Amino acid sequence: MDILYLLVPLGILFVFALGWIFWWALNNRQFDELDEAAERILKDTDTTSAKPAAHKH
Amino acid sequence: MTEAIANTYNYRVVRQFSIMTIVWGVIGMLVGVFIAAQLIWPELDFGIAWLSYGRLRPLHTNAVIFAFGGSALIGASYFVVQRTSNVRLFCDKLAAFTFWGYQAVIVLAVITLPLGITRGKEYAELEWPIALLLAVVWVAYAVVFFGTLAKRKIEHIYVANWFFGAFIVAVAMLHVVNAAALPVSLTKSYSAYAGVQDAMVQWWYGHNAVGFFLTAGFLGMMYYFIPKQINRPIYSYRLSIVHFWALVFTYMWAGPHHLHYTSLPDWAQSVGMVFSLILLAPSWGGMINGIMTLSGAWSTLRSDPILRFLIVSLSFYGMSTFEGPMMSIKTVNALSHYTDWNIAHVHSGALGWVGFITIGSMYYLLPRLFGRTEMYSKKLIEVHFWVATIGVVLYISSMWIAGVMQGLMWRAVNVDGTLTYTFIESVKATFPYYVIRLGGGILYLTGMIVMAYNVAKTIAAGKAEEAIIPALSPSTAHA
Repeated sequence: MDILYLLVPLGILFVFALGWIFWWALNNRQFDELDEAAERILKDTDTTSAKPAAHKH
Repeated sequence: MTEAIANTYNYRVVRQFSIMTIVWGVIGMLVGVFIAAQLIWPELDFGIAWLSYGRLRPLHTNAVIFAFGGSALIGASYFVVQRTSNVRLFCDKLAAFTFWGYQAVIVLAVITLPLGITRGKEYAELEWPIALLLAVVWVAYAVVFFGTLAKRKIEHIYVANWFFGAFIVAVAMLHVVNAAALPVSLTKSYSAYAGVQDAMVQWWYGHNAVGFFLTAGFLGMMYYFIPKQINRPIYSYRLSIVHFWALVFTYMWAGPHHLHYTSLPDWAQSVGMVFSLILLAPSWGGMINGIMTLSGAWSTLRSDPILRFLIVSLSFYGMSTFEGPMMSIKTVNALSHYTDWNIAHVHSGALGWVGFITIGSMYYLLPRLFGRTEMYSKKLIEVHFWVATIGVVLYISSMWIAGVMQGLMWRAVNVDGTLTYTFIESVKATFPYYVIRLGGGILYLTGMIVMAYNVAKTIAAGKAEEAIIPALSPSTAHA
């Protein structure tokens, strides 16, 4: 199973890369204010420019 | 001119990918129906090598997975990353290149596969020049996607983008490693690996393609389009983050379950089985998260056929991510392996999960891309839903029965130790189930044709939308 000498290091590299990205996300406020993050996509109105009057300000 | 472009989203490339999703969907499923008919009436190849089952089957899988599914994924990810980042897609020219390049790969597949030009690796059939082109296109796709994220105006990266990002990175790695080959001519190459080593690389690729292409990518669609269609936030955003990290950290080692009872070392098979069983947890966490988004608003399912596509896709996701780990258990696999049970399993995931989530997302997306508030006909979406659902149910239940029957017939032994049934007896016994499967496939294809008509009418009545990027209030802007 020589192929494991390729696949195991690749797998470990992938997991370490993920770990690094997770660490980055943790330190860059990606996991703060999650309720707001979930709500934000709903505030983004994408129902066509044909009726821009829908904005209430 | 450039100023006008700068404050709009790039919908053009999303439109292109979305339309091709429908086109390739119809073509890919038509080929599927044709080869399903060939299994009933083998003379349907008309003695022409180009139409033989062995050549058309990879054409079917490539067309539905990579052409239909891939176009949907790239188009949806371009839409979602722009809208959730509040910024236009990075580099329009490169984005256009990803569209034309990707379509070129598919057209080359449509030409070479019937000609019998293949590397012979399942889901990785394309010969080295096409595989090389695909690698270039994929890198360009990664640059466009991550380039857009890099210039985002909203600090938080929405969870859907995490799933799309993992899908892009993982597929790049899998494709490059599995496609490594030694070319001997323009149309022929030999794999860089040999024997069981090659098999291990192939299924490390193959299963992770299921995990990152057919799961992570479409989960990205799920996490955006379900909340948008219901107009409610996802049930638990925290759970969606746990879902993401749990899935990406554990997926990589499930591949050996495709090689149970082969010359792969026994311990490697067991590792694959254990990792497959672990995957049940994040998969069901995500499914429950998506379905519970409807909690308290279940009645909308009655009136909204688009939402029904999206939610039913999750129930198929739940079914196939339960079935998959069960089938990876070696004792179960001893019965299921090489039977049509696999075909049932794959299509419950492909028609039910991938197909329905894509169809639902496209019904959401297409009117918005063409400056309309809804599809041409809601009634036809309704028709599509029921026709497709009955089609899937017929398809998978017939193949389940056929698969278990085949497994039982193959292992049946007489008291004197000889086999009870010959192989051809199991083929004959499968015949009625192949007929039911064809019926299911025809229904699913019919639904797709209804969709194509509905989409054509919607496009004809609309015009290409130039979406203005909304101004951000100071509180949501990038810190």
